[in-house]
Amino acid sequence: MLHYTLRRLLMAIPTLLAISLIIFLLLGLAPGDPMAQLPLTIPPEVKEKMRQSLGLGDPLMLRYLLWLKQFFLVEPLHVLDTLFGLDLAGESQRVVSWQSRAPVADIIAQRLPQTLWVVGLAYLVGIAIALPIGILSAYRQHSWFDQIGTLVAMIGFSVPTFFTGVVLIVVFSVELGWFPSLYDTTLRVTGWDSFVAQLRQMVLPVTVLALYNASQISRFMRASMLDNLRQDYVRTARANGLSERVVVLVHVLRNSMIPVVTVIAMGVPQIFGGAIITEQVFKVNGIGELLISSIQANDVPMVQTLTFIFAVLIVLFNLIADILYGILDPRIRYD
Amino acid sequence: MTEAVAAAPRRRSSQARDVWRQFRSHRGAMIGTVILGAILVVVIAGPWLWHLDPTAVAMRMRNRGPSLEHPLGTDQLGRDMLARLITGGRVSLTVGLTAMALSLVLGTLVGVCAGFLRGLDGILMRLTDLFLALPLLPLLLVMSMLFREPLAQWLGAETGVFLLIVTAIGGTSWMHAARLVRGEVLTLKEREFVLAAQSIGTGRGKMILRHILPNVLSPILVSATLGIASAIITESSLSFLGLGFPPDFPTWGRLLYDAVDQIQLYPMRVILPGIAISLTVLSVNYIGDGLRDAMDPRARAR
Repeated sequence: MLHYTLRRLLMAIPTLLAISLIIFLLLGLAPGDPMAQLPLTIPPEVKEKMRQSLGLGDPLMLRYLLWLKQFFLVEPLHVLDTLFGLDLAGESQRVVSWQSRAPVADIIAQRLPQTLWVVGLAYLVGIAIALPIGILSAYRQHSWFDQIGTLVAMIGFSVPTFFTGVVLIVVFSVELGWFPSLYDTTLRVTGWDSFVAQLRQMVLPVTVLALYNASQISRFMRASMLDNLRQDYVRTARANGLSERVVVLVHVLRNSMIPVVTVIAMGVPQIFGGAIITEQVFKVNGIGELLISSIQANDVPMVQTLTFIFAVLIVLFNLIADILYGILDPRIRYD
Repeated sequence: MTEAVAAAPRRRSSQARDVWRQFRSHRGAMIGTVILGAILVVVIAGPWLWHLDPTAVAMRMRNRGPSLEHPLGTDQLGRDMLARLITGGRVSLTVGLTAMALSLVLGTLVGVCAGFLRGLDGILMRLTDLFLALPLLPLLLVMSMLFREPLAQWLGAETGVFLLIVTAIGGTSWMHAARLVRGEVLTLKEREFVLAAQSIGTGRGKMILRHILPNVLSPILVSATLGIASAIITESSLSFLGLGFPPDFPTWGRLLYDAVDQIQLYPMRVILPGIAISLTVLSVNYIGDGLRDAMDPRARAR
């Protein structure tokens, strides 16, 4: 198992390096100019100096290496510093946003909790809905429950999240007035009232994302259950006189969960990507909204870092899925 | 004797006919086909049936509700919603189909090369893994931001953005097709008919065109239908985030985005393009589902 995990870990490193190079080159070679929005009255010499101070005069590969060092060495050290009150990083230069002149990591740290709350809760709710539906519709294949479940799941992943979000806003905040349509970003949870307000404003974005996730996961659960229900060991278990409950919920379910668990792990980065759109619909000030606003403001370091964080999430959760698969299904380890 | 020969072709069922019979028995897929067909007819024939200009601004006719003159009302600049929906559908569907075609060509090319040329297999599969690990939506947004202006200046606003979005979507969605095709090619390569073709001296190019590609057609077809759906969703997401087509150029996603600001006053303007996108994607997904069932011989035997 250790050997297997180590091999997967080592394979992730070149992938990450290649992705970081792609992202860096894409932004570095792009025709956009960060100085384009400055007033024309600034003399060219001053403009040139500003370019130098942003590090734009250096050759591309040097800038790439510098960025790698900042991202993998300096920023983690700063994070450790703030967490434990140390001084490991010293005066080393950080990745600074062109838009706000603050370190990129600090801004992301401010925005991350909102995304994690909304996305994380939505994923948990989605899984909690999806698993029972998947199990039941596989157990009663072709029943009306299965038919309706299939239809709802099909609608769930065919309707784009921005449209579900907008429809929910029209119904529940414009017509019924139950929930606020926009996320109040200044709300601080201090007592019961503000906690309820926070819950109320999270309901709609969480519902949108949860429905989308649930429709996908329930399909996987159903397919995996169906595969297992047809196996010989199920017939053996029934022939041995085990109760139907034990056969389905212990024997079949445990085996069916193996692929579903990995699908759930691999779906995590995707929902961060999906959150970009949902955050935009409800104006949640998470990292997705930060990405869009930085793209619109041409803030290259911020966009680079955020895109790379999304890539790290994908690689990381693929790794977790691989390792989980290795733990749950020992046959995988010996490929 | 002659009767038997004459009767034979009638009883012989071709694979296509089997697939069609199975496909017809899939209720969702049939409803999807009818709905998608209706949408296609309206979108293609629409400009001949409905003569209003989707970009004609009429300030006196702003924000009107449904009427005989404008069955779906007008928007905040007095443009006819029906005409805009038709034009928007043309763009959205064209983007979906073209991007799918591009991703299919790329995927098949990579898959066939990886399956056939042993020297390239490792590199191509690592490339596929790498693309699968890329954060696609953020990268699409970045690409759209970076290359929209230069391409629009070079080729004109519409062609430039169209090309950009189609290549961006097609260039980032070929990986599943490539994996699928490679797997099929690897198993087909060991089959007797391929060996037989090899033994009579069939060249590599001919082998791929005559023997391999026709046999990988069915998984490709299924992945193509599902590809159209995801391409349409991606395009409308980009437009919805304001990083797709320019404002005066209607697509379904763009219409939705333009109407979101006034959603409290005119919810219909958001709902209509949203329903158009959802119905199209839903029927395409159902068709893909039906095709998958119909082309799977194991499912057909049941």
